[in-house]
Amino acid sequence: MVDGILVWRRLVGAQIRSQLQYRMSFALDMTGTFWISFIDFFVVLTIFHNVPRLGSWTVHEVAFLYALSAITFAVTDLLIGHLDQFPQKIRDGNFDIVLVRPRGTLLQIVASDFATRRVARVLQGVIVLVYALSGLHIHWTPAREAVLLASLPSAAVIFSSIWVVGACIAFWTTDGGEFTNAFTYGGTTMAQYPFDIYSAWLRRFLGYFVPLAFVCYFPALYVLGKPDLLGVPHFFDFLSPAVALVAACIAGSIWRFAVRHYRSAGG
Amino acid sequence: MRLDWEIAKRGWRRYAAYPWATVAGAFTNTVFGFLQAYILLAVYRHRANVGGFDQADAVTYVWLAQSMIMTVYIFSWWELAWRIRDGSIATDLARPLDPQRYWLAFDLGRAPYHFLFRGLPPFVIGALVFQLHWPSPLDALAFVVSLTLAVVVSFGFRFLYNSAAFWLLDFRGIVTLSTTVVIFFSGMAIPIRYFPHALRELCYALPFAAVIQTPVDVWLGKRSGLDLAGVLALQVVWALALLGLGKLALGRATRKLVIQGG
Amino acid sequence: MIEVEQLSKQFVVRRGRFRREQHAVEAVKEISFRVERGELLGYLGPNGAGKSTTIKMLTGILVPTSGRVTVAGLEPSRKRIELARRIGAMFGQRIQLWWDLPLLDSFQLLRHIYRVPPERYRRNLDRFMEVLELDSFIHTPVRQLSLGQRIRGELVAAMLHGPELLFLDEPTIGLDVVAKQRVRDFLVEINRDDGVTVMLTTHDLGDIERLCNRLLVIDHGSLIWDGGIPELKERYGGERVLVVDLEASAPPLAVEGATVQRVDGPRQWLRFRGSASELTARVAAAARIVDLQVQEPDIEEIVRRIYSEPGSRA
Repeated sequence: MVDGILVWRRLVGAQIRSQLQYRMSFALDMTGTFWISFIDFFVVLTIFHNVPRLGSWTVHEVAFLYALSAITFAVTDLLIGHLDQFPQKIRDGNFDIVLVRPRGTLLQIVASDFATRRVARVLQGVIVLVYALSGLHIHWTPAREAVLLASLPSAAVIFSSIWVVGACIAFWTTDGGEFTNAFTYGGTTMAQYPFDIYSAWLRRFLGYFVPLAFVCYFPALYVLGKPDLLGVPHFFDFLSPAVALVAACIAGSIWRFAVRHYRSAGG
Repeated sequence: MRLDWEIAKRGWRRYAAYPWATVAGAFTNTVFGFLQAYILLAVYRHRANVGGFDQADAVTYVWLAQSMIMTVYIFSWWELAWRIRDGSIATDLARPLDPQRYWLAFDLGRAPYHFLFRGLPPFVIGALVFQLHWPSPLDALAFVVSLTLAVVVSFGFRFLYNSAAFWLLDFRGIVTLSTTVVIFFSGMAIPIRYFPHALRELCYALPFAAVIQTPVDVWLGKRSGLDLAGVLALQVVWALALLGLGKLALGRATRKLVIQGG
Repeated sequence: MIEVEQLSKQFVVRRGRFRREQHAVEAVKEISFRVERGELLGYLGPNGAGKSTTIKMLTGILVPTSGRVTVAGLEPSRKRIELARRIGAMFGQRIQLWWDLPLLDSFQLLRHIYRVPPERYRRNLDRFMEVLELDSFIHTPVRQLSLGQRIRGELVAAMLHGPELLFLDEPTIGLDVVAKQRVRDFLVEINRDDGVTVMLTTHDLGDIERLCNRLLVIDHGSLIWDGGIPELKERYGGERVLVVDLEASAPPLAVEGATVQRVDGPRQWLRFRGSASELTARVAAAARIVDLQVQEPDIEEIVRRIYSEPGSRA
């Protein structure tokens, strides 16, 4: 496990070195990635140009939610975003190579690529966070700080689990890749807004079943001191790490099951 | 003319060959449709009218936009750039067929496929769940015209930013930035009408509004009479302008052809 | 090293628009063979015969439907990771190196993946770099390498951790003559000097002739030949050709047991069966020979004959 991280670190170093070599195109890549991810926040700003509140949320509160979702999603994207190309990998027969090496398959897939330009997306989230905090008067307590800090890796784990489960589709059909986008990119979009604006069944499906509500909505409720208008029990605000753990276990099992299927059904 | 038809069929088949991809894509569009619909509905709890759109208009806009995404192909289109990158463009240029005309015919064959199989399903679902605005017969007809023109305008722009590959080895940044521009200024991310006044005027002056916002305005009956003729004419103007620029780029590139091979 | 007993693999193939109809395909039908340590054998068969499927079962990629397989004393499908440490694999048409990174970076990554001790890594790398002449492009990104360079890189990648057994799937495909020779020399060296067992899947019969002392031929899922190449030629070879250079141009020789295939000035090609020395004696009696040569049958011809014969012979 530990030297799995060593392998990954070596890859990251090598990729950064190699990608920085072409400075001009790297700068362009970063700029493009930055602005395309910023569009989503322009949407938020445009909404608040027209209305003073969204539900009970002010622009800074929504920006806070947005930032949490965007940053955790962007970090996940940076680490495993290349899973989007997994169907192509299967189609090219390049998954077999992974099976001939003395390491776990998922670790190898994660360590197969690192696109440095995606850092720009993280940067975008941080900028929004600074904006949000500048307009919020959060009453910080140790509990709130703990909840916020715990929610960040939890969110990343939840996004990762969704991404991994989505990638498993490629073991059955290599054309269904875009299906996952609904839950990864759709997921971060959903988490950027207050959960109570969505209809009941959407909340149940994309909020609890695919546990996107725990990515940042519930932790944010606690940190901002906002009541949940849906009458959800108070302790939900603290559940993110537990949900993340469960999600990771489920994702791991589905991946293992999918690899087993691949190994008996043939490439 | 016959050749154009054959090429168009090829464009259709290229995407029809992957039915699961189409289903997956339509699903994603539907999910985003629901998300965006609820976001905008939350806005309308505070106001009845924003930028000339009432609630029904806004929800209709959401489902129209999601349905149009693939028809006008808003997201990054790479086909031409890849051909330039791997050098096959040389064979294309040696043939007595204008590459721009080829790809336009190809795109016009592709668009109906996406309209039917990635556009209709999400829209139908949206229509079943929400109260949408339905156009008058004239507006519906005008919409079809406007949508077709939107495809051509979008194609013109896509052709242009793909030609960047003639000059740049790593054109991914250009493609991403171009896609960003289209998504933002076309009204796909959020209606142009919601922007502050100055920005809104700017957007309507740019060609990108012709890709999403204009057809949507037409469907919603926001344009009538002379105004309607005006926006359709503007779409035609932009289509011709972008195609013209593309042709210029192609000519310039052909002259200084640098084939970037493997 | 490898023990295969009644190994079978069945696939369920689905056809139709959304994959509704199903039927079972037997890709590998109860094949059995043994490979001893240090052998260099070729695995031949027409496309779709079951070669890749067999290799995948030997390397642990695929789980067999029935039968037993043991590689290096381990069951591949159960002990995948343990086995992976002892074997190397190279799939000629697929890329296992990191596309955007310099070759050396790929090697260093693999070193960590295989947990190769630094001194052994250094030693192996230096040696392979010298033998395969990688110096000029070791720092070039893999995507900029020519096919020959990439294949050499992939070979090193497969060998860096010092495996006991090497599986190669079409390693020389698409290479020019010089590159092919380099690869073949490398394989001979590691087999002879390091005792690495090599199992080579190939369509290139030059590879077979120059490298393998044993050949396995598979067709339609069944093993139809398992033996050495001389035996193969004897069983299926049939006719050979005696090329004689006469002192002077002459009309086609009439010699018992041979038919003249071709005449070109003083050189004549005689097709015959059986003993070459006896024929030479008869030709010498009929004309004055300046030089002669015996041509073995083309292995391609032989293999073609095997493929066209029904049933299995092992």
